[in-house]
Amino acid sequence: MEHREELVLDIEDLVIHYVLEEETVCAVNGIDIKLGKGKILGLVGETGAGKTTTALSALRLVPDPPGVIKSGSIMVAGHDIMKLTTTELEKVRGKDISMIFQDPMTSLNPVYTVGEQIAESIELHENVTKQQAYDKAQEMLELVGIPAYRSTEYPHQFSGGMKQRVVIAIALACNPKLLIADEPTTALDVTIQAQVLELMKDLIRTYGTSVVMITHDLGIVAEICDQVAVMYAGRIVEEGPLEAVFNDTLHPYTEGLFNSLPNIHSRTEDLKPIPGLMPDPTDLPPGCSFAPRCPYATEECSRGIPELKDMGGGHKVACRNYADPDFTIERRKKQ
Amino acid sequence: MSTPILEVRNLKKYFKTPRGILHAVDDVSLQIEKGKTLGIVGESGCGKSTIGRVILRLLDPTSGQILFNGTDIARLRKSQMHKMRKEMQMIFQDPFSSLDPRKTVNHIIREPIVEYGIIKDKNQIEKRVLELMETVGLAERLINTYPHELDGGRRQRVGIARALAMEPQFIVCDEPVSALDVSIQAQILNLLKKLQREMGLTYIFITHDLSVVNYFADDIAVMYLGQMVEKAPAEELFAHPTHPYTKALLSAIPVPEIGERPERILLKGEISSPIDPPDQCRFMKRCSCADETCQRECPKLREISKGHFVSCWKS
Repeated sequence: MEHREELVLDIEDLVIHYVLEEETVCAVNGIDIKLGKGKILGLVGETGAGKTTTALSALRLVPDPPGVIKSGSIMVAGHDIMKLTTTELEKVRGKDISMIFQDPMTSLNPVYTVGEQIAESIELHENVTKQQAYDKAQEMLELVGIPAYRSTEYPHQFSGGMKQRVVIAIALACNPKLLIADEPTTALDVTIQAQVLELMKDLIRTYGTSVVMITHDLGIVAEICDQVAVMYAGRIVEEGPLEAVFNDTLHPYTEGLFNSLPNIHSRTEDLKPIPGLMPDPTDLPPGCSFAPRCPYATEECSRGIPELKDMGGGHKVACRNYADPDFTIERRKKQ
Repeated sequence: MSTPILEVRNLKKYFKTPRGILHAVDDVSLQIEKGKTLGIVGESGCGKSTIGRVILRLLDPTSGQILFNGTDIARLRKSQMHKMRKEMQMIFQDPFSSLDPRKTVNHIIREPIVEYGIIKDKNQIEKRVLELMETVGLAERLINTYPHELDGGRRQRVGIARALAMEPQFIVCDEPVSALDVSIQAQILNLLKKLQREMGLTYIFITHDLSVVNYFADDIAVMYLGQMVEKAPAEELFAHPTHPYTKALLSAIPVPEIGERPERILLKGEISSPIDPPDQCRFMKRCSCADETCQRECPKLREISKGHFVSCWKS
């Protein structure tokens, strides 16, 4: 186990609820995330699993109200995010930790040139003059594959893929220790997505940045991540090294996700969707939240929430069935 | 070979813009046999949605023929087209904006049945609505709910039920699962397949997701900047992609598997402007094998093996 000091991101027992007038949305229900230097974690799950809320909490960006962080600690590069004052937070955001949002169209300011927008964060966080900041901004643009002369142009003059490159340039301008990328390529076309992913991989490797990659696309995870955490209804149900989770899948939900994807190598194989729907986060079932949709569920499953147990090599799963040493899911039998 | 249910010949759809003529669909021809699925793939701005809309006459074509069961619907008058719509339906991408928020599920599914007088008797209509809901897997208790009370997957099911209410022969599915989560996406894809088997439906399936189209379609047409650049049976296309764009597109799919993956072909640059494109290969600027030939003239589709068409000077 790594020491706490070496961890770039260390989230412990995080619980976040959105408290509304009539109901409480239990978005995140007790999760732990530990991420070492230079590692890339894929946070996978469907809409409403709590991926984005978790990520926002690392920058303390969860809208409050209605968001309430009920418990937990969040350490980013040695800073206790929960205890920082607003001024201190401003210094950490954009410097030690930065974020790429899903939609590049809305994360840029339409009335400033892209050069100014990149320079802004450099000027705020580094001890440089305006001119130096702007020069650095131009360097960053070149780095993400945009000619420096375009630094005087406005966001509307760029295409979607280019805008996302500008956002990446802003995020990496101050060489952050932690980068949170929330579905950074979802809004892009496949060939552009391939370009942007390739670029991100290069930059992350060069700078040794740690990354939390939020995505619903297991293909992207396979391509870029070292570790995977699968979220369902606000909890991590399976996590571990990439190979372990993909080739040695343990949790029935992860299996369901894989079975839902069309196999690119075989056209005839039928899709096996997960029956039913995600549970209502204002009214989670007792016990394992996946039990109502789970083909392996037993009565035991509704009796309390299963713990995330290490099955060896850091590969953890939260499923009661593994109390029986002979239990395996279908996907593993095939392999 | 059986006669195609739909044949499109030299279809063009141009839009006038302040900067010139936008060639959204440029001289596309295609055919679909009854009971089959044609997948149309491409990136944003390639004209794939426009072609779907033109085929249903939601947009009027600039020129070309659309033969549906032998009738050229491009020339039909409005009232004649109204009748024809009974046979041709559409399922839209966004189940959030394609359903009227002020109507209940019952009302939405019932509307086409009443409008077209398919069933006259009130009780029978009610029965039919419930029957349709069962076909698409919607619980009976949802009959009086409004779209905002339903999740994306269920909303898409309402959209499908509405399309089926007319008992059409042919449905254009425009990115029907793109807005849905993977587990729900698989449910809807299975439903569409089941309906096709049971009712002998013919689909045009428009998508940007190649792994979905590979699973779903019999034939695949790849579009780039308004033109069809390659068309082949799905298996053939995935086994022997020939156009450089198709190759790049296939290699760009992120595969959820670990291990050796083939070298990725990264395209330079981005899709160029469809406004007044010059007479040369439209993919040329991003292509690694382009030379002077490609600059001289726009290539035409030619058959390289049975049923496999490609438009490229180099392959």
